[in-house]
Amino acid sequence: MSELTTMTAAELSVKLQSGEVSATEVTRAHLDRIAAVDGRVHAFLHVAADGALAAARQVDERRAAGAELGPLAGVPVALKDNFTTTDMPTTAGSRILNRWQPPYDATITSRLRRAGAIILGKTNMDEFAMGSSTENSAFGPTRNPWDLSRVPGGSSGGSAASVAAYEAPLAIGTDTGGSIRQPAAVCGITGMKPTYGGNSRYGLIAFASSLDTPGPLARTVLDAALLQETISGHDPMDATSIDEAVPPVAAAARQADVAGLRIGVVAELAGEGYQPGVLSRFSQAVELLEALGAKVTEVSCPHFRYALPAYYLIAPSECSSNLARFDAMRYGLRVGDDGTRSAEEVMSLTRAEGFGAEVKRRIMLGTYALSSGYYDAYYGKAQQVRTLIARDFEAAFGQVDVLVSPTTPTTAFPIGERADDPIAMYLADLCTIPSNLAGNAAISVPCGLAPEDGLPVGFQVMAPVLADDRAYRVAAAAEAAFTERWGHPLLAGARGLDQATADDTRGAGR
Amino acid sequence: MTSAPPLTPYTGALERYEPATGLETHVELGTRSKLFCGCPAQFGGEPNTHVCPVCLGLPGSLPVPSRAAIEYTIRIGLALNCSIASWCRFARKNYFYPDMPKDFQISQYDEPLCTDGWLDVTVGEGDAEPQHVRVGIERVHLEEDTGKSLHVGGATGRIHGAAYSLVDYNRAGIPLVEIVTKPITGAGAAAPAVARAYVAELREVIRSLGVSDVRMEEGSLRCDVNTSLAPRGSAVLGTRTETKNVNSLRSVERAVRSEIERQAAVLDAGGTVALETRHFHEDTGITTPGRSKEEAEDYRYFPEPDLVPLAPAREWVEQIRRSLPELPALRRERLAAEWHLSDADLAALRNADAIDLVAETVAAGASPADARKWWLGELSRRANETGTELVGLAITPAQVARVAELVTSGALNDRLARQVIDGVLAGEGTPDEVVAARALAVVSDDGALTAVVDEAIAAHPDVAERIRGGKVAATGVLVGAVMKATRGQADAAKVRELILQRLS
Repeated sequence: MSELTTMTAAELSVKLQSGEVSATEVTRAHLDRIAAVDGRVHAFLHVAADGALAAARQVDERRAAGAELGPLAGVPVALKDNFTTTDMPTTAGSRILNRWQPPYDATITSRLRRAGAIILGKTNMDEFAMGSSTENSAFGPTRNPWDLSRVPGGSSGGSAASVAAYEAPLAIGTDTGGSIRQPAAVCGITGMKPTYGGNSRYGLIAFASSLDTPGPLARTVLDAALLQETISGHDPMDATSIDEAVPPVAAAARQADVAGLRIGVVAELAGEGYQPGVLSRFSQAVELLEALGAKVTEVSCPHFRYALPAYYLIAPSECSSNLARFDAMRYGLRVGDDGTRSAEEVMSLTRAEGFGAEVKRRIMLGTYALSSGYYDAYYGKAQQVRTLIARDFEAAFGQVDVLVSPTTPTTAFPIGERADDPIAMYLADLCTIPSNLAGNAAISVPCGLAPEDGLPVGFQVMAPVLADDRAYRVAAAAEAAFTERWGHPLLAGARGLDQATADDTRGAGR
Repeated sequence: MTSAPPLTPYTGALERYEPATGLETHVELGTRSKLFCGCPAQFGGEPNTHVCPVCLGLPGSLPVPSRAAIEYTIRIGLALNCSIASWCRFARKNYFYPDMPKDFQISQYDEPLCTDGWLDVTVGEGDAEPQHVRVGIERVHLEEDTGKSLHVGGATGRIHGAAYSLVDYNRAGIPLVEIVTKPITGAGAAAPAVARAYVAELREVIRSLGVSDVRMEEGSLRCDVNTSLAPRGSAVLGTRTETKNVNSLRSVERAVRSEIERQAAVLDAGGTVALETRHFHEDTGITTPGRSKEEAEDYRYFPEPDLVPLAPAREWVEQIRRSLPELPALRRERLAAEWHLSDADLAALRNADAIDLVAETVAAGASPADARKWWLGELSRRANETGTELVGLAITPAQVARVAELVTSGALNDRLARQVIDGVLAGEGTPDEVVAARALAVVSDDGALTAVVDEAIAAHPDVAERIRGGKVAATGVLVGAVMKATRGQADAAKVRELILQRLS
């Protein structure tokens, strides 16, 4: 493995700016790495080798011509396949969009391009971002680089795995109920869900509009912050985009101190159902922050226990409407159009064949929850719960500066284990969902390996709406302390793909 | 295709039942761009050329509301005396249809932008005692239009029997305002006329606001008419039907009348009126059943999560209120006084859609009487002949004013003036250019006329004899002959004077 692929984005940025390495070399190193390992990981649905090298050459030429370039110019990034790209297919992990080539770039895609970041390709995901394991992709699962028999989490499992497998230093994901933080946690990397509205959704294929939040995945907190600064900021094409100055997150990641900061441990996000090793690593992390000068208290958020059921009414309701447009009339898959069938029949056949089981389940749930006569009892009630959860956060942030919890109740589970048990699958997002419902910022940073299975555990830091910088600051402080204690970054201690044996591959199953 | 339903004669129906009507009117706003994207909102264009990822509803695209469309909606709401919500939301109306790009329509549901207003209308102007009716406005809300399906290969142009369908999304996303009345009750036999008068008045109001061209034939104003009957004396409204495809003012009136007769027949026979959508047929003047409301879809409305709530600032609303023009009813009252019009005169001008044209002609210098005379007389006749509306004629109010001026000054007589109008309508130029090109001028020179007058007297000795005998009324025959000989260019008064002179 080339050392160019093990460097952080911040390190690459320095070397690129000094001319020590070229964007072309960096890009080629990552493409080589993808060629070497992605057959086993399957993080990518589409690798844009030619496009990436062309973009890298352009950056090198501009730099040679003395152009002023941003910090990520020449740094590779992997893009989740639910962002539209004019030069790559965009499928959102679904058969119904197989081979769809969008005629426009998502705002985030174009901001990456403008910043000179090199888009390596499109990453695998649960179909329409519905899932917590990437097993719901229509194009086969992604495998966890720590253990190829296990899931990488989801729905941004491809993005998380690509970063953990050193195929890309940075990746873009989306987080609707935990889809950035949960895969980051189980892949042993950092993942950030910014404040809702902080990153543009224009060109992001919607799952649940009021929850969907694009954000960065990276191997360090600073790298995540650099990527967030590159993509965030007001977008007039998104009516829910916040028209305010972007919080100085990279500066906060560099500040990395918690002395005097009030940290609240959420009482409701622990206990029964949590893996012992997750709880013990989490407690150690809290003690570490306390040792760094933070004031730790326990905080109660009583309505968090209703977050999961409320989420599973709101998100499916919105998705049932958002996914109506996949009707075979204008783009994507079309089934049964043999000249004898009505448009309605073609729509029905296409949707039956084009959507996977989980997507259908949620469309049905949402359709039911919005039906006249049921709306108040389901969607309406869930919105009330959402308000109560936001109030819990408000009250908690009146007492403390940030809230912390484990990112996920368990470490990465084996592929196939929860595939037939939706409720078990949904529980993977128990700790992450409250921040989606309230729209506040939340980040996951690795806090060690669970003793019982040697797999990564994530530490979640939640900050108030628009206080993304505060989440970065605490996460960076924790990261620095952990790294010092471990003597190396967590990922460097992974058994790693490169020692993966035939046993691992066989153990992956399916 | 469909047999005519049995009808109860109108007067009989009104003896036993009290009709209630309600109107849902859709108005396409004349904003430059569509409601949620920057595509042009103009009518027409090659199919699927006024489209972008947003109005095509492509995956990932998002709506951003147009401030102009919101302002136009508030203008309409204020002109209809509505309250303007200080906070409201768009909602999604979910149903599958190929001409709906997202398979949901962004509309408003239980939180409309404007509520609880009214519009005063008058029926029976001109003839009987005018009846003034205040029509309550339930709500005015903003939504996006759908695309347009073209069903090819069927006999009727409707989806049944069509071989295939084409969809044009140019219209998709054009801002549409829906104006819903409260039930209009107590109008009795005048119910159809009230419904028509309401749509007519609404159209004038909206046109005066400059927010839409409100053309029913192009579909920029579309109307659904609800009708129900209740037994006389009952306080409860009957089951309503909703009649669609009502595409002209005349159709509004006919559709209500036809529904009253049909529903009365159903009730008279002991049946119940079905809650349904019905389709109006211009040719036969009757309605036929459409979709039953019982099996109607559940639209699963919910607040549009891609948009933030709409909260128009009070100052903005007040600013819009201050910028409203003089509304048509007040303007009509003022003009009627200024122009000394009777109710019948005013009604005639309104029916011909000529108030604006007359006002502009007066503004260009003509007297109100002359302006009215030309627009309602000669020009209305031309419009009728060619099947166009007055505004569609190729003559401007300023040109009409010039023609009137030439007549007043004696340079033209009415007959010559009509030739000038011919020329202008034929595209020969301005009135003055036509006068010059066709050499049209009144001949009032004694010398030139005397010879022609003498010829006319010689050609009609018997008539001349009668005039000499004191039958002055017979002069007309000779005047006519002279006018014919001079191709209308003679000054008729002068000719008459000369004839009497020669024969005295």
